Amino acid sequence: MGRYVVRRLLQAIPVLLGTTFLIFALVYALPGDPIQALAGDRAVDPIFRATMREMFHLDDPLIVQYGYYVQGIFTGDFGMTFRGVPVSTIFEGKFQVTLNLALMALVIEAIVGVGLGLIAALRRGKAADTAILAFTLLLVSVPTLVSGFVLQLVLGVQLKTSTGIDFFPVAGTSEGWRSYLLPGLVLAGTSIAYLTRLTRTSLMETLRADYVRTAIAKGMPRRRVLGRHALRNSLIPLVTYLGADLGALMSGAVITETIFNLNGIGRQLFDSVYLSENSVVVGIVTVLVLIFIAANLIVDLLYAVLDPRIRYE
Amino acid sequence: MKNPSVDTHLLPADSGTIGTEPLLAVDNLHVEFTTRQGVVRAVNGVSYALNAGETLAVLGESGSGKSVTAQAIMGILDMPPARVPKGEIRFRGTDLLKLSENQRSQIRGQQIAMIFQDALSALNPVFTVGWQIAEMFRVHKGMSKKDSYTKAIELMDRVRIPAARQRVNDYPHQFSGGMRQRIMIAMSIALDPDLLIADEPTTALDVTVQAQIMELLAELQRDSNMGLILITHDLGVVADVADKIAVMYGGRIVENAPVHDIYRNPAHPYTKGLLESIPRVDMKGQELYAIKGLPPNLLDMPTGCAFHPRCPFRQDNCVTDVPALHAISGTRSSACHYWREVLDGTAG
Ligand SMILES: Nc1ncnc2c1ncn2[C@@H]1O[C@H](COP(=O)(O)OP(=O)(O)O)[C@@H](O)[C@H]1O
Ligand code: SF4
Ligand SMILES: [Mg+2]
Repeated sequence: MGRYVVRRLLQAIPVLLGTTFLIFALVYALPGDPIQALAGDRAVDPIFRATMREMFHLDDPLIVQYGYYVQGIFTGDFGMTFRGVPVSTIFEGKFQVTLNLALMALVIEAIVGVGLGLIAALRRGKAADTAILAFTLLLVSVPTLVSGFVLQLVLGVQLKTSTGIDFFPVAGTSEGWRSYLLPGLVLAGTSIAYLTRLTRTSLMETLRADYVRTAIAKGMPRRRVLGRHALRNSLIPLVTYLGADLGALMSGAVITETIFNLNGIGRQLFDSVYLSENSVVVGIVTVLVLIFIAANLIVDLLYAVLDPRIRYE
Repeated sequence: MKNPSVDTHLLPADSGTIGTEPLLAVDNLHVEFTTRQGVVRAVNGVSYALNAGETLAVLGESGSGKSVTAQAIMGILDMPPARVPKGEIRFRGTDLLKLSENQRSQIRGQQIAMIFQDALSALNPVFTVGWQIAEMFRVHKGMSKKDSYTKAIELMDRVRIPAARQRVNDYPHQFSGGMRQRIMIAMSIALDPDLLIADEPTTALDVTVQAQIMELLAELQRDSNMGLILITHDLGVVADVADKIAVMYGGRIVENAPVHDIYRNPAHPYTKGLLESIPRVDMKGQELYAIKGLPPNLLDMPTGCAFHPRCPFRQDNCVTDVPALHAISGTRSSACHYWREVLDGTAG
């Protein structure tokens, strides 16, 4: 088990190098002159330009620039922005905000998605099933922008003015975990829909399995057949989805963070691409890839816990 | 989920011996499935009976309704799509079909148990075999975890799984096919059922293991005097262990008889065909093949006798008249208009 984890972490290194190089090359290929971007519409002093290009190795070949970058990363240095701020300073607190948001979304998704999926599977073909399936269609077709503003208005503002319940903050992170409830729900939207359908399919498939028939033949009460014999098997594929979704939620949080005024990594990424702050963009992607790799490793380890047929040596 | 009425047998334990009521009597059972293509009449008036200590072999080609009948007895059919429009399943004189689901689940596993063809898929992959056997005692008898595992080890010993104590915490995939089927058997006999239904218990195993499993089943049955329904298409197996045979075709019983009578002199052309199929070692596990033609399409059953398209003895009225299950003697019946001629060897 320990050796397996070490091997997986070693395998992660080439993945990390590959993805960061790709994003590095993409950023490098973006149109526009980052030094010009510093000055806006004004002309840039040629000497300043030359110094900056020298300092940031902008005239070296791509691969050499990348080499400098990787060297920095391995010493924990994400580099400087063109505006002279260390990238790590820019990151401060922001990954935490986005991670909190994504984890909240993941929890909401797991509870609502698995819950609805189980109900739909157990009520297959009945009104509840149809209603849940229709609801998932609604979830995937409403854009984040719309669901975000509607929830802000209904749960955040109208609930407060009509009943006095002030439970759902609509902006910022000043209210602790509650700050993440509404944005988490909005961010989880489409994932809830997918997870609901996945859970429904998975449980329906498990219920047709021979070992479920065996459990019934053993005279086990229905609750036990469902809760013990079927449930654990049907959860196995869901874990993969949830694990992979953490990375997707983190990198897809831009709009949600903007609507709810959360100072997270999504908005930073958007701003940095806009300002051609290459070091910030690559830094963010690097950390996201790391999180993605870690989430996948956890999923694989969880798999072995849920399914004894899988063994890691 | 403790069972409150653990030792309350719903049915009087000795009623099986009163009068002529057998342990199990399936009477004119019908089962149909509603499918997209139409209503599949999988079981069309099956009747068979079994006494305590007896072994009934149910024989027939794949798709003839053997498993569906067994699942109806167990009460493990999915309803819908399945429906039981007609018939009775009397267990110790009580019609199981009239019981509530709750009452039936008291009987399942405790008084009637079942083992399946493919033990690998029939055992739950994520629980240890010990857990799965012990569960019978924990749920039905309210036993403690420790006691139930002790019982599980005893049972694993009884079905002769080597090193039972060491293997009790292994998972199904860590056992060989034969050992897995032994675990299924251990689970099924855990609570000393009165009736055990074995649905092709050896079909998925290789020949030597098949014989061992059959031997084990026969031995367990002798020791406990339980009734055994053995679903199979292996004629060789049947001769050694069965007391009587029910031959099924197209969802019906075509012949019911003591095993020796059938071997000596079949009273139905289909049974005759089955006996004439030469069992070949290299065809082991495959369906019987000597009878020409295909099994009937349940969605479009032949008129009259369902076997008539394949019957070498067919007469004109076979195409129009459904043969009843004629009583030949007290223990024997045949669903052929010409059973006399078949018996005498003068048919055709
Ligand atoms: N769930 C189901 N839905 C529709 N048809 C079914 C279902 N289960 C069984 N059948 C039909 O019932 C017939 C008898 O099946 P079965 O009892 O399994 O045959 P066998 O004699 O091989 O055990 C088959 O032809 C099959 O098509
Ligand atoms: S009733 Fe006719 S067709 Fe059917 S088995 Fe007898 S002889 Fe053959
Ligand atoms: Mg079958």
